[in-house]
Amino acid sequence: MSEQITIEKSLRDWASRVKAGQVGALPAILGLLVLCIAFSSQSSVFLTPGNFANLLTQAAAITVIAMGLVFVLLLGEIDLSAGYAAGVCGAILVIMITEMDYAWYLALPASILIGVVLGAFIGYLVAQLRIPSFVVTLATFLAFQGLLLLLVSEGGTIRIEDPTILAVQNKNLPVTASWIFFALTAGVYVLSGLWKFARRRKAGLVDNLFKFWLIKTAILVSLGCLATLALTVERSNNPDLVSLRGIPFVVPVILVLLVGATFVLSRTSFGLHLYAVGGNAEAARRAGINVKMVRISAFMICSGFAAVAGMIFVSRANSVSPTTGGSSTLLYAVGAAVIGGTSLFGGKGKVSDAILGGLVVAVIDNGMALLGYPAGIKFMVTGGVLLLSASIDAFSRRGATAT
Amino acid sequence: MATPILSLRQVNKSFGPVHVLKDVNFHAYAGKVTALVGDNGAGKSTLIKCIAGIYTPETGEFLFEGKKVTIAGPRDATALGIEIVYQDLALCDNLDIVHNMFLGREEKSGVTLNESHMESLAKKTLDGLSVRTVKSIRQKVASLSGGQRQTVAIARAVLWNSKVVILDEPTAALGVAQTEQVLKLVRQLADNGLAVIVISHNLNDVFQVADNIAAMYLGTMAAQVEKKSVSPSDVVKLITTGKSEAVSGTTK
Ligand SMILES: Nc1ncnc2c1ncn2[C@@H]1O[C@H](COP(=O)(O)OP(=O)(O)O)[C@@H](O)[C@H]1O
Ligand SMILES: [Mg+2]
Repeated sequence: MSEQITIEKSLRDWASRVKAGQVGALPAILGLLVLCIAFSSQSSVFLTPGNFANLLTQAAAITVIAMGLVFVLLLGEIDLSAGYAAGVCGAILVIMITEMDYAWYLALPASILIGVVLGAFIGYLVAQLRIPSFVVTLATFLAFQGLLLLLVSEGGTIRIEDPTILAVQNKNLPVTASWIFFALTAGVYVLSGLWKFARRRKAGLVDNLFKFWLIKTAILVSLGCLATLALTVERSNNPDLVSLRGIPFVVPVILVLLVGATFVLSRTSFGLHLYAVGGNAEAARRAGINVKMVRISAFMICSGFAAVAGMIFVSRANSVSPTTGGSSTLLYAVGAAVIGGTSLFGGKGKVSDAILGGLVVAVIDNGMALLGYPAGIKFMVTGGVLLLSASIDAFSRRGATAT
Repeated sequence: MATPILSLRQVNKSFGPVHVLKDVNFHAYAGKVTALVGDNGAGKSTLIKCIAGIYTPETGEFLFEGKKVTIAGPRDATALGIEIVYQDLALCDNLDIVHNMFLGREEKSGVTLNESHMESLAKKTLDGLSVRTVKSIRQKVASLSGGQRQTVAIARAVLWNSKVVILDEPTAALGVAQTEQVLKLVRQLADNGLAVIVISHNLNDVFQVADNIAAMYLGTMAAQVEKKSVSPSDVVKLITTGKSEAVSGTTK
């Protein structure tokens, strides 16, 4: 087979997948591109390194909640209380550090563990008692909101001064470290991909997706390089006083979560079982999969991610309040997951979708604020985008089954 | 006739007061297709669920390869090499062919899935069934036709060096061409040495593919006979009345 045919074939395979309704991340990528072009043409600030770094830290917490939600959405379930779970775990983190004098490396795992326990409780009610997750998490949404209010006390806020926790959203990797981080990430990504294809070839399996992977990888690595370049430029208004350069610490935090979650979903039995239960729970059960355990685990992972998001929230706000993780947080997070390409019907989605969707949500939020639109318009536009993504999801589902 | 690989003797199964299987005898032979026929409610599904370990009969004997065995659960059946292809196929539309074939029994290296190993094995199995209809075994099952889905479900059943494969109404939902394809596949499984049990309502299919016919009537085994010794009208009589003059010396 000549090279020409291979590329053509892989593109054709891909095109037919798109036509068959497996559009994946395509709409979100196009949407992000359109939004960025539109905002940068209207605002001179939008495409500056300073705003870019700002955007990343703005998107971080919601993105992490969305990443956890992917596990639950994959089962066709929902966790409406993930936002307030972040708030509760953030409050526990702050209370343990500020009021009880624990070190961050004890308080953070403890708060994540509490998140996981909250998730186990939700998961038990959903998997064992078969109460619809919508109802269970509506109840826990209220309960966690109340718990947060009790922990923080009405109207009050608790400050956090731990330098490590604060650094996550307020400090950056030094310039050299930023480049090393980029090189390491890109290197591992490329090598693991090459290794996968090499193994397949050794097993005598032909691939027409290799060229496609090459193109995708080239684009991703160039984008990463560009982003690192932008983030290592001085973005302080007053560089002599305080220098502001480098990749925000929250980026490697999210990357570690992304790699870990993607590994679990795409390389392990547990990940496959999650997709299977989301696709056809009865078939999964007959195949000998412990469907209940899979369901409970998904909710545990979701709330665990929410706890990490709680840490990111308090790092950005320097404090925890009764509204941490409240108001539009959960809806933005669900929006991020769905906009990125995760199906609300279950069985389809990736953790990287949540990052893409989180960026879309943050770009809308950030860009419209820069253009001076009121919050009301922002909510309505984000709602519209979510509706659009859900329609694409519903539509592509029909495309996929109409054979 | 040769000794059966699987024999059920005097099996009784009740659901509460309802006596569903009454002293049922049934045999399956390696290399042969045994068709299980009977009217709705005759007890066919209940019988195969007893074989699959989903139900446990109150009384009766199971012989597998000449030895007495107990099948207390689905795992016992699988361990003996008995696989079922359910009528609804039990496939996950959102997974590809390879993942569906290995679901619940994935090949792993360490903690990670051994994708290339699974893919090669799946390919070998599908090639062994001489099925050339699927474009790529990495395509999602959602994009397959009814016949192709049936093929995947059958391939999954034979992947595990199974010895007995049971198919519940494999052609019920298929068109003419796909029915033909699946029947050919069923024939081939038997030619490869498997004992195949097919539940079917369609006597055309039965007479095309079966070696033996077991007819059930109101929870009893009316007769289990070789196909060449009966005509379709004899079988219809067995199904509807439980007896037929043509079938006196049955292989009970
Ligand atoms: N789980 C059950 N509980 C009670 N009765 C059952 C159950 N399963 C089957 N039956 C009864 O047993 C009889 C045989 O059913 P079945 O084996 O499904 O017949 P077939 O598959 O031949 O149509 C029917 O009368 C049916 O109502
Ligand atoms: Mg039946």
